[in-house]
Amino acid sequence: MYDVAVIGSGVIGGLIFRKLTEYKLSVCLLEKAGDVCMGASKANSGIVHAGFDALPGTLKAKFNVEGNLMMKSVADELGVKYRENGSLVVAFCEDEVIKLKELASRGEQNGVKGIEIIGRERLKEMEPNISDEAVGALFAPTGGIICPYGLALAAIGNAMDNGGELKTDFEVVSIEKEEGGFTVKSANGECVTSRAVVNCAGLGGGKIAAMIGDEIRIGARKGEYLLLDRESGSAVNHTLFFTPTEKGKGILVSPTVDGNVILGPTAKEQADGNVLTSDEGLAFVSKKAGEMLKELPLYNTITSFAGVRAYSERHDFIIEESESVSGFFHCIGIESPGLTASPAIAKYVVEELMAGRYGWERNPSFNGRRRPDYFFKDLTAEQKNAVIAKDPSFGRTVCRCEQVTEGEILQAIRENPPARDIDGVKRRTRSGMGRCQGGFCQPYVAQLIARERGIPIEKVTKSGGKSYILMGVTK
Amino acid sequence: MKGNYDLVIIGGGPAGLAAAVAAYDSGVEDILILEREPILGGILNQCIHNGFGLTRFKESLSGPEYAARFISEVEKRSITVLTNTAVLSLDKGKLVTAMNAEEGVFTVQAKAVILAMGCRERSRGALNVAGSRAAGVYSAGTAQKYVNVFGYMPGKRVVILGSGDIGLIMARRMTLEGAKVLAVCEIMPQTSGLKRNIAQCLDDFGIPLYLNHTVTKIEGDERVTGVVVSKVDENRKPIAGTEIHFDCDTVLFSVGLIPENELTKGAGIELSRGTRGAVVTQSRETSESGVFACGNVLQVHDLVDFVSEEAEIAGVSAARYILGGEVKRDAVEVKNGKNILYVCPQLIDKSVGGKVKLFFRVTDTFKAPTVTVRCGNGAVQTKKLKVAVPGEMQSIVLSEETVRGLNGSVEVLVEVDQ
Ligand SMILES: Cc1cc2nc3c(=O)[nH]c(=O)nc-3n(C[C@H](O)[C@H](O)[C@H](O)COP(=O)(O)OP(=O)(O)OC[C@H]3O[C@@H](n4cnc5c(N)ncnc54)[C@H](O)[C@@H]3O)c2cc1C
Repeated sequence: MYDVAVIGSGVIGGLIFRKLTEYKLSVCLLEKAGDVCMGASKANSGIVHAGFDALPGTLKAKFNVEGNLMMKSVADELGVKYRENGSLVVAFCEDEVIKLKELASRGEQNGVKGIEIIGRERLKEMEPNISDEAVGALFAPTGGIICPYGLALAAIGNAMDNGGELKTDFEVVSIEKEEGGFTVKSANGECVTSRAVVNCAGLGGGKIAAMIGDEIRIGARKGEYLLLDRESGSAVNHTLFFTPTEKGKGILVSPTVDGNVILGPTAKEQADGNVLTSDEGLAFVSKKAGEMLKELPLYNTITSFAGVRAYSERHDFIIEESESVSGFFHCIGIESPGLTASPAIAKYVVEELMAGRYGWERNPSFNGRRRPDYFFKDLTAEQKNAVIAKDPSFGRTVCRCEQVTEGEILQAIRENPPARDIDGVKRRTRSGMGRCQGGFCQPYVAQLIARERGIPIEKVTKSGGKSYILMGVTK
Repeated sequence: MKGNYDLVIIGGGPAGLAAAVAAYDSGVEDILILEREPILGGILNQCIHNGFGLTRFKESLSGPEYAARFISEVEKRSITVLTNTAVLSLDKGKLVTAMNAEEGVFTVQAKAVILAMGCRERSRGALNVAGSRAAGVYSAGTAQKYVNVFGYMPGKRVVILGSGDIGLIMARRMTLEGAKVLAVCEIMPQTSGLKRNIAQCLDDFGIPLYLNHTVTKIEGDERVTGVVVSKVDENRKPIAGTEIHFDCDTVLFSVGLIPENELTKGAGIELSRGTRGAVVTQSRETSESGVFACGNVLQVHDLVDFVSEEAEIAGVSAARYILGGEVKRDAVEVKNGKNILYVCPQLIDKSVGGKVKLFFRVTDTFKAPTVTVRCGNGAVQTKKLKVAVPGEMQSIVLSEETVRGLNGSVEVLVEVDQ
């Protein structure tokens, strides 16, 4: 029997999973997909929000500000790229400047440090490419950017290195409350038993809650994005938001930690979790982004994608022990700023809600540091040569656009949490994420996956399930 | 490993190989070719169809056969080759940083450099086609690699977007391998591939070509299950109500090639908006003296025969630079005139001497047009063409005398006589 089973391997489940391994416990992470982090945490804006947006007194406000403060050290320990680039909420008319002042005072109430309202001149200095229509902005220096799936992957990998167990392809379909714990059953008929359960199932969080009799409705709202080539990376320095008005929040325009530019998201209600992009959505994104910047290098678009927010009708995070079933904890309805809040939520859930109550002891052998040299390409020549001397496969470039080596791909397939398909390798190494979108490297990555996993190349998938990349041999 | 060479050539495809041979034969023997793939030959290795070398060798060779001729010339001359070696950067002083498994990261100081890195395909992402991200969406060249190099089928029921040559070749190849190619869709009113490929790859196999059509949606959860194709208006916007649905498991994109100039950019070399390659003189010398460019990294060619021709110019010019030193340029600009997409070279250096061949592409289809090269108010050269289409590169030659007489920038234009 496990001490804790965590359901869902997004940033919330992932960071809780890691936090749990700081204690002397046996823990498992249950994920329905073939890889970790396949929900909202995979496709979002990647912004570490400063915390001026959430209403004072909400859990969103509390965990946003706390999470923001923690992010730097968490990213550092886990070797995740993070940059405090600062956020600007841009006003295009005097009414919007008034709105900015409201936001600024809300930020101060929430405890956000360093907020300023700046005028046109200063804005132009900070963002030379800003639209000439912009009249001023709210500047929040503590806003940052991070690779969201990088954070979840590293946290989960680190937890596994510290003894946590991961079960993918484990779709939870029923939960039985029993003497001293729970039996959690998967769609394939596999069972795990556990003393406590944490529900971090994102969009599936409502269904999981229903399995123990709690009724919590989780809604779905899609956001679509465009991603521009690194070549256009200098088009924007800070994360630029439109001033929120009655008509909506607009979109954001931001650099990413990997040097691309991200445009989006839209916000559209939908019945399910599909991540299809639409012509209208993408057209809206390009139109709005064009209003923000003087020059928008849309010709440098390398891909488009969508993510789905899971929100609760409370319009706040639900982070609590079930009222009806003791030992069952909900962390759901985690829409934005859930990524930012994730380290703070993990700390709160594990330390405040669980550890004392169960009398857990700390795990003295816990090592929170993950291998730091994740991105080989960023090393100096001397450092690279030291790595290549030990393992020559790091001297072989596989993905030319993002300069990813065979060594890194093998590492992604071998280490925790292991990549099993093309997209899994891509999220871990960036191979295939550049301007040719895998055109050159995919066949080589497929070969490496096949070899390492001991399967024929025809069984290699793009993204788990039956997403086979090949259909038989030639004549 | 030797730390300096007279000439370093980046890329061991047809351009790099021909440049190496030409430079050697012009008196420079200390040459290093750096190639990231395990073997020389570049993209030709996966082009197992015939049709290469018709212009140059007056016979129809397969891609690997064409490459083999140049590889054996390189071998005969004992030119140093490093395969499995990726160039990481080139800096202004012609210092090349590269990496492989044996040497790790190393630098080579060159007297001259020839850029011959080739091009890559535009991907689906660049077109922003909406819908799912299921497996089964490939650029045509990736599919070609799976089929011809690995011996695997990327799919069985195929829709191809774009009528670029690789797409057309793959329509035939997939059909011969037993796949069903349902449609080739081209957003423009004319194809971008060569006429002979339309005839031999589509018409001969009864594969329907939909001009003025594009893929507007890709469907499927895990693997592609279908696409929606729509007719477009004159602004290339899809027309509602014209949707055609195809059940397919594969979508191939053949929507253009882009010169791979990341290293060029890194070295601060000026690039042309038209070609997306370096701005060069007729010697194929870039804005950085002693750095030359040729082949598809400079401009996307229709035929490898022209790549070899251009590479030889670069090879000879690099040798002249190494042996004779830098000569002060006396350059005039070549501008894109009416109906011209781009001209390469973009500069004519009068100090070089000899005639100059200007390559260009037109913006649209023109029947029986006249090409004019103008300097000031007067035409210095004209040429009648039977037809000019964007998919086929054209050229016009300026004689040595004409070049000597140029007293300012020239403009190339194409017009249809009224
Ligand atoms: C468009 C968009 C933009 C956003 N931008 C930002 C931002 O800029 N900054 C920010 O701070 N936040 C942002 N967010 C919010 C942030 O992404 C989320 O709050 C966060 O990712 C939620 O993480 P999660 O772990 O709760 O959910 P998820 O990442 O969705 O993880 C849930 C996991 O549970 C699994 N699961 C579901 N059902 C089951 C089951 N029955 N059995 C087993 N496993 C199951 C799923 O497969 C999934 O892996 C954004 C969200 C979206 C969608």
